Amino acid sequence: MSPHKLRAVLQALSPTSSTKDTGLNREKFRQAFRWMLLARLSEEKYANLYRAGKIQGGVFIGKGQEALSVSVGISLRKGDIFAPLIRDQAGRLAFGESLLDATRTYLGSRLGPMRGRDGNVHRGRPREGYFAMISHLGAMIPTVAGALLAKRFKGEKDFVGATCIGDGGTSTGAFHEGLNLAAVEKLPLVLVVANNHYAYSTPTSRQFVCADLVEKAAGYGVEGYSLDGTSLSECLEVVGNAVERARSGNGPQLIVATLLRLGGHGEHDDAHYIDEKLKQSEVGRDCLKLAEKFLLEKNWGTKAELDEWRADALRQIEDAVATAQREPHPDPNLDDWRPLATQHLSEGHHCE
Amino acid sequence: MSITYLEAIREAQAKALADDPRVYIYGQDVGNFGGAFKATKNLAKEFPGRVIDAPLSEDAIIGSAIGAAIEGMRPIIEMQYADFSTCGLNQIVNHAATLFWRTQVACPITIRLPSGGTAGSGPFHSQSMEALYATYPGLIVMTPATVEDVYSMLLEAVAIDDPVIFCEHKYLYYHLKAEALPTEALPTGKARIARPGRDITVVAYSAMVHEALAMAEELATEGTEVEVVDLRSVKPLDTDTVLASVARTGRLLAVGEAWPWGGVTAEVVARVACEGFDLLDAPPRRLNAKETPVPFHPNLWGTHRPTARSIAIAVRDILRQ
Ligand SMILES: Cc1ncc(C[n+]2csc(CCOP(=O)(O)OP(=O)(O)O)c2C)c(N)n1
Ligand SMILES: [Mg+2]
Repeated sequence: MSPHKLRAVLQALSPTSSTKDTGLNREKFRQAFRWMLLARLSEEKYANLYRAGKIQGGVFIGKGQEALSVSVGISLRKGDIFAPLIRDQAGRLAFGESLLDATRTYLGSRLGPMRGRDGNVHRGRPREGYFAMISHLGAMIPTVAGALLAKRFKGEKDFVGATCIGDGGTSTGAFHEGLNLAAVEKLPLVLVVANNHYAYSTPTSRQFVCADLVEKAAGYGVEGYSLDGTSLSECLEVVGNAVERARSGNGPQLIVATLLRLGGHGEHDDAHYIDEKLKQSEVGRDCLKLAEKFLLEKNWGTKAELDEWRADALRQIEDAVATAQREPHPDPNLDDWRPLATQHLSEGHHCE
Repeated sequence: MSITYLEAIREAQAKALADDPRVYIYGQDVGNFGGAFKATKNLAKEFPGRVIDAPLSEDAIIGSAIGAAIEGMRPIIEMQYADFSTCGLNQIVNHAATLFWRTQVACPITIRLPSGGTAGSGPFHSQSMEALYATYPGLIVMTPATVEDVYSMLLEAVAIDDPVIFCEHKYLYYHLKAEALPTEALPTGKARIARPGRDITVVAYSAMVHEALAMAEELATEGTEVEVVDLRSVKPLDTDTVLASVARTGRLLAVGEAWPWGGVTAEVVARVACEGFDLLDAPPRRLNAKETPVPFHPNLWGTHRPTARSIAIAVRDILRQ
């Protein structure tokens, strides 16, 4: 059995999987599916706008990774920390980001959360537990660990922090340092790796040589799971279970999902280097289509409902785009150009 | 009572921990062991659970401090030596320094860097890194030169809502003593006239202030009055105090222990040249360490960095012009 077909709970550590609120249920699946749909359609819209030259900066989408991403966002609750990465539109929406916030950033509105100072995938609202990633891969792992340390200091209870990364990002020093620190402090960190087989154009054969990245869990002494990232039901179950295990004091959880990036690294990239055999394999299946099929087969939704959900998502997207397009762009004359919170300590300009 | 520069660092941290429950200390060996230099001696015992040993992971140590700061804490991070902060550079310059500007969420962390050279410390335990950090917007860089300043500025660093790179000089740890801890201090960003004089302005910071003062003492016996300006913080840099001093003396030498390319002394000279050219009676000059890694053997090290003697030579030279 291939590793990605198997939901392998690491034998050595064998965490049990049945905790409350994690099992597959109709309502959760339907809700997750709707976030996936909204993520897919909104990112398709951003990609179209990008091709029309209407987007500020680049567009990096999560097509093919929505099932995994949404499972993270939907398994967290208020008071938790979420530090998404570049392919997490679905998880961001499920965690509570408004579609308008997302759309504003892409379209350059100054009313977006970053007010034009940073763009697109770097957006966030850290005060609400929704961290704003820096580009440098791996950096958010120790950052989330520190936020969890702070919650422990403050005497908060029952909190979790989750962050996502790709197969390429697992090779960084920050990944190692961050996960190890979280393990030493036994923090409730859920680290979700999307192994989509490529880091930009680099295949995993040039990235690591272990059979499955989940083997790393044993090295750090944390619980680990590998799963099929194309299956929404499996993602919901495994991620939900890991989040609850972290919440109930079992320390860091490493999740490795196997899937494929169904497109370029970004919209500028034609992805010609992706192996045709992988595309045709089970790994290359579209998680959204699979989830739709599952929903209909289980009778958890009707065709008419699906049509209505799609129409509703498209309406939301058109509204968000129309609103953001009417909004002002940042004005360099209005920015205070001060990098410090302690305003009077910001240096002026000299020798100009 | 007498207190050293190092003890003042410990006392400031004890006070910060006692006064503010949001403060904690994180770094290698800072717990029961009390730190490589004993700057956290007994603090783990006095403040259980708030002075914590970290794994050997500078990136994660600083990254975690940023996350904790977002969640409302005020971490004090001890790097074992300033030199090792390069392993956490990414988190400092790309994350801590950008956080407020990007998100409007402040990042109140203090990163203590045991800095500068001591005899026999060599290339990897001697560096002066203030210029590297000062070039990045979003960081405050403090370089205290006295026992009083190291105490009050460390407390100020913890209280400030922004990331502070706190360059404490290892040479001063045991060499400097004061009678008592200060009860008041100059505000952050304000330089200090360490010694008044009317013939030439020598701008220095950190350990170089003491080399400059020793030089000034010597030149006073020859009838030369040197004004020594202690920058205290290199970012922000108190251009006004420097310009006011040059207005009195008409001559400028900027002294730093860091390397010659760019850096604090270059910034001081550039600002005076641009904004106070008419005040100068002679070309402004700089004196820095030599353009090599910091050498190991005391004979080499003693020549690598500026000293009272080499500063005196430069000053005499400028005064002849
Ligand atoms: C530390 C660092 N080095 C390089 C980059 C440039 N970069 C951005 S995304 C990327 C590939 C990431 O691959 P992976 O981690 O597998 O994530 P995926 O794009 O497949 O989701 C690279 C090299 C970066 N952002 N950070
Ligand atoms: Mg990848």
